[in-house]
Amino acid sequence: MTDTTLSSPRTNLSPFAGLMSGTVGPVTVVVLAILAIWYIAAAALNTPFQQDMYERAGQEHVQFTQLIADTWAQERPVLPAPHQVVVEIWNTTVEKKITSKRSLIYHSSITLSSTLLGFLIGTTLGILLAVGIVHSRVLDKSLMPWIISSQTIPILAIAPMIIVVLNAIGVSGLLPKAMISTYLSFFPVTVGMVKGLRSPEVIHMDLMHTYSATRVQAFWKLRLPYAVPFLFTSMKIGMAASLVGAIVGELPTGAVAGLGARLLAGSYYGQTIQIWSALIVAAILAGSLVALIGIMEKVALKRMGMAQ
Amino acid sequence: MTPATVSKRRFDMPAILAWFIVAMVIVGLFSRIFEPDLGVMDVPRLSICLVILGIAAVRYELGFMRNRFGDLVLGLVTAISAWLLIGAATRYEGEAALGFWALTAATWAASWLFVERLAIWKTASPAAARLVNLAIPALFGIAILLLWEVIVTGAGVPKVLLPAPSEIWVRLATSVPTLWADFQQTFLKAVLAGYAMGCGSAFLIAILVDRVPFLRRGLLPIGNLVSALPIIGVAPIMVMWFGFDWPSKAAVVVIMTFFPMLVNTVSGLAASDAMQRDLMRTYASNYWQTLFKLRLPMAMPFIFNALKINSTLALIGAIVAEFFGTPIVGMGFRISTEVGRMNVDMVWAEIAIAALAGSLFYGIIALLERAVTFWHPSIRG
Repeated sequence: MTDTTLSSPRTNLSPFAGLMSGTVGPVTVVVLAILAIWYIAAAALNTPFQQDMYERAGQEHVQFTQLIADTWAQERPVLPAPHQVVVEIWNTTVEKKITSKRSLIYHSSITLSSTLLGFLIGTTLGILLAVGIVHSRVLDKSLMPWIISSQTIPILAIAPMIIVVLNAIGVSGLLPKAMISTYLSFFPVTVGMVKGLRSPEVIHMDLMHTYSATRVQAFWKLRLPYAVPFLFTSMKIGMAASLVGAIVGELPTGAVAGLGARLLAGSYYGQTIQIWSALIVAAILAGSLVALIGIMEKVALKRMGMAQ
Repeated sequence: MTPATVSKRRFDMPAILAWFIVAMVIVGLFSRIFEPDLGVMDVPRLSICLVILGIAAVRYELGFMRNRFGDLVLGLVTAISAWLLIGAATRYEGEAALGFWALTAATWAASWLFVERLAIWKTASPAAARLVNLAIPALFGIAILLLWEVIVTGAGVPKVLLPAPSEIWVRLATSVPTLWADFQQTFLKAVLAGYAMGCGSAFLIAILVDRVPFLRRGLLPIGNLVSALPIIGVAPIMVMWFGFDWPSKAAVVVIMTFFPMLVNTVSGLAASDAMQRDLMRTYASNYWQTLFKLRLPMAMPFIFNALKINSTLALIGAIVAEFFGTPIVGMGFRISTEVGRMNVDMVWAEIAIAALAGSLFYGIIALLERAVTFWHPSIRG
C-alpha cells in the first residue's frame, strides 16, 4: 500500500498514466509482449532445421528476412508461430463440417460432454458429502481427512486404468471419462461447501434456535443460502479440474476422439501445429466454461441480494 | 458449532446401527452363507462371528456397558469378526451368498457404531484427544481396506478388474527393485527437480512483479486465467522439445507449478496491512528490510498454500507426461504398460507408491509450514 502511494505521483507525470493505471492497459501490454516473445522464440527454435533445409536444397546466402519468414511457415515446426495456430484453428473449426473427424468442434464437443457429465456428478456428490459432513460428527472426523488425502493421490495416473478396466467389463463411452472428471471435481466442491455450510455465525444459528427451527429448516433457510457464494467459487475450480480430467481420460483410449486424443495423435505424428491448436481450443473451452459459471454466480447472487 | 445445538436429535444414530446389526445377524442366521448350500452353522468361524456380533448389538440395545470398556469390547468384536470373515472368504472364494453379505454389513455397521461411540469420548488430556482424532480416520481407512478385501474375495471379482489389497501387498513386496527404480526416475529426478525450479523461479518473479505495480496489474489476471487452463496438455510438446528422459517431465512440472506459486506469492506479499508497514517505516527500514522482516513472513501462509497445491500437481504432471513417451523406467510408463499386459496388481502397487509418496511430500510441507508459520492463528489454535 505504502509503495504504491509513494510511487503514484511519479507515474502521474507520464502521458500514459491514465491508460496504464487500470488493468486493461497492462494486460494488453503483457499479452502483446507474450506474443512478441512467442514469435521470436519460434524464429529462434525453428532456425536450425530451416538452415538444414537450405543446405540440402543447395541454397546459400539466404536473406535474413527470408529466413525469418520461412521459420514462421514450416509444416512441422518445433514451435509454430501464433498465426499458424490461428489458421489451423480456423481451418479445423469453420472450414470443416462439424461431423468431420478432423473438425475441432467435433472433438471439443466430445470432450465437453464428458466434462459436463463428470462435473455434474462431481458437484452433486460434493454437495451431498458436504451436507453429510456438516451434519454428522462421525462423518466429519472419519471422512474429511480421507477426502483431503484422496487428492494427494495422483488420480490422473489411474485414469488410463479406470478406462481400460471399465472397457473390459463393457462400460465404455462417456461414463469412464466422466468418472475421472467426477473424482477431480468433487473435492473442491466438498471442501468449499463444508466451509460455506459452516459459515453462518453463532448468532444466526441461535436465532434459528429461538424460532425453534428444525435442522432441515435451518439447513434450507440459513446454511444453504450462506453457502452459495462458496459453492460458485468452488464450482469454478471444479469445472477447470474436470476439463483436465476429461482430456487426460481420452489419452489411453487409443486416440479415437476428443481433444486429448488430438493431443496424443499430434504427438505421435509430430504434428506440432495440431497439438498447439488443440491446446488453445482447450484453453478457450476452459476459459469460457469458467466465465459461464462466473455469469451464473453474478445473476444468482444478485437475485439473492448478496452481490457486492 | 455442532448441529445438535440447532435442534434436538430426532433419531439416535448408534441405536439405529445396533438394530441394523441385529437385523443383519437374523438374516444371516436364516439364509445361505455360501453356495451351493451352506448354512451359517456349517461354517464354524462364521457362527462365532454371528454370535459375537449378535451379543454385542443386543448388549448395546439393552444398555449394558455403555461405557468405555463396553466400547473397547465392541471394537474387539468388530476386529475379530472382520478377521473371521476374511478367513472364511478366502476358503470359499467367490461363493458368497446373501447370508455372508448380511454378516459383512453387520460388521461394517459394528465398526461404524464403534467409531460413533469413539467420537463422543470425552478425554481430559489433549494428547489423548489427539490420539482419538487420529484413530478415527485410521479406523475408517482400515475398515475400507478390509471391506475391499472381503468383497473382492467373497464375490470372486476377477483379478483383472480389481485385485484384493493382500494381492497388491504381495506384488508390492516382491517387486521392490522395479518400484524403487521407477520411484527414482519419476519422483527423485523429475518431480523434485521440476518442483524446485518451478516454485523457485515463480517465487523470484513474484518478488519482481510485486516491486513493479505495472507488471502486477498486467500479469496477475493472466496468471489467474492460466491457473484454470489444462496445462497438462503441454506434456507432448515438452516431450518433443526435451527428449524422452526426465528433463521433459521436469519441464512439465515447472510449467504446472509456476502459476499457482506466482499468484499465491503475489497475493501473500500484499497481505501485510498498512499499519504494519507504517510501523516498519517509523523504524526507517528500507525496502529489503521490510521485505525480509515483515512482508515475506506475512506471505508465508500463502506461499505454503501454493507449495501444498503444487506438491500434488507436480506428481500428476510427471506421471501423465510419461504417457507421451519415456525411457523404459518410470511410474507413468509402468502404469501404462502394465495396464496393457493386464497386470492390474502391479498398477495398483505403483499407485500405492505414488499415493504414499504424494502424501509424504504433502505431509513434509505441512510440517514445515507448522514450523515456519508458528505465529499464525490457524496453527496457534
